[in-house]
Amino acid sequence: MDEKVKAKIMDEKKMKRTILRMAMEILERNRDIENLALIGIQRKGVFVARRIQQMIKEMEGGEVPLGVLDITMFRDDLHRQEFQPTVKKTEIDFSVEDKDIILIDDVLFTGRTIRAAMDSIFELGRPATLQLAVFIDRGHRELPIAADFKGKYLPTSRRERVNVMLGELDEQDQVLIMEPKGF
Amino acid sequence: MKDKEFKQAHLLGIEHLSPDDIETILDTAEAFIEVSTRDVKKVPALKGKTVVNLFFEDSTRTRSSFEIAAKRLSADLINFSASVSSLKKGETLRDTVLTLEAMNPHIIVIRHAASGSPYYLTTFARSAIVNAGDGFHEHPTQALLDALTMRQKFGRLRGLKVAIIGDILHSRVARSNIILHRKLGNEVSLIGPPSLVPGEFARMGPKVYYDIRKGVEGAHAVMMLRVQAERGAKNYFPSIREYRNRFAITREIFSLANRNAILMHPGPINRDVEIDTTMADAEESVILQQVTNGIAVRMAVLYLLKGERNETLH
Repeated sequence: MDEKVKAKIMDEKKMKRTILRMAMEILERNRDIENLALIGIQRKGVFVARRIQQMIKEMEGGEVPLGVLDITMFRDDLHRQEFQPTVKKTEIDFSVEDKDIILIDDVLFTGRTIRAAMDSIFELGRPATLQLAVFIDRGHRELPIAADFKGKYLPTSRRERVNVMLGELDEQDQVLIMEPKGF
Repeated sequence: MKDKEFKQAHLLGIEHLSPDDIETILDTAEAFIEVSTRDVKKVPALKGKTVVNLFFEDSTRTRSSFEIAAKRLSADLINFSASVSSLKKGETLRDTVLTLEAMNPHIIVIRHAASGSPYYLTTFARSAIVNAGDGFHEHPTQALLDALTMRQKFGRLRGLKVAIIGDILHSRVARSNIILHRKLGNEVSLIGPPSLVPGEFARMGPKVYYDIRKGVEGAHAVMMLRVQAERGAKNYFPSIREYRNRFAITREIFSLANRNAILMHPGPINRDVEIDTTMADAEESVILQQVTNGIAVRMAVLYLLKGERNETLH
């Protein structure tokens, strides 16, 4: 589907400040940094998680472990796809058992990805707490899921798409709202 | 990232795959390797799907590998082996498969002594068909797991030289590997006695050597094949001793290969026949890694085919 930019919501500076605030909030609410671990959801959640990890390092000096989670296997719509979605790697080198896990994604929308991620993490063990950090919450939840840490709440309409662009993947850091052409 | 579209309905052979299909299967397999390292080695991707292992030839490793692969994807699995089946009572292959299909499976994995039997199944069956070895034709998942093992070692699947040594004539593993590496533009050399490596194989693209030293020179992957006594391989050369003297891999001969070369074997190995026992356990031997990769590759194949039943056929 062809789409065009409806609005630019954030630029690089703003995004950096937001990530810093999220990192601070995570630290504020999790006193025992030794027990903290981050898990980024493939694909953009991983980059957001790395940035949060970097901010925590700058503030606290220590490196919080970071894992990468692919939720494809746990999607609830696998049987509906015409072609099987690409499976990406899961790399979690630490035990999640009794850890305070911060699950990180770029956009929170229906909540189905997070449901799949929770199922996937509980296959790996039983964390002490599981908290959710998302860069953008765009509303339209279909499941009883809410974020513990939010970069920005961005009300959108369903036909729109929120594009969190990250320098690691895209030409620059910015957040755009896209809408279908012809609207 | 856009999902790669894997459009194959069946896996009958490497012959039908494009280089992109091959990469998609290997990338998917790479992602599945992690599942086998977990405490709970299971993901729900194929929950509610049924896989039938239909083996008309004795096989422990391939059958178990498919079985573990299916189970780690949460599929239900039925093992159906010829020795205990109604084939002994005179049922035809078609009737056997139709009976199994009446139980609504999604994927049938078949091994059969007749080349082309997996294709034959696709002409009337509704399930996705996976070839687990058909006669002297193909054994696609073996070639794919070999390719995955090579890619892990060399970080690429192009610009490689692959030497295959032994009973090429009766080997479906060799055929699938030849086809795969010719598709990727790799150099393939075939080595063995003329009776087991007929010159016609050169028409498929590889170079044929009767001198193991010349064939192995500079190879990245040295792939040994088993002397298949049960297929009468011994009728093709004077004695095992002579075969061993001329075509077994030893440290000395292996040293002629590329300095990073790996030693492969689809198993089961015959120590001190085609493979010197010290070489089988050498650091360069990736034989057990091949077995581990086999599970990941078969998970990838079962996942990608999915076996959506084509109801419109009936």
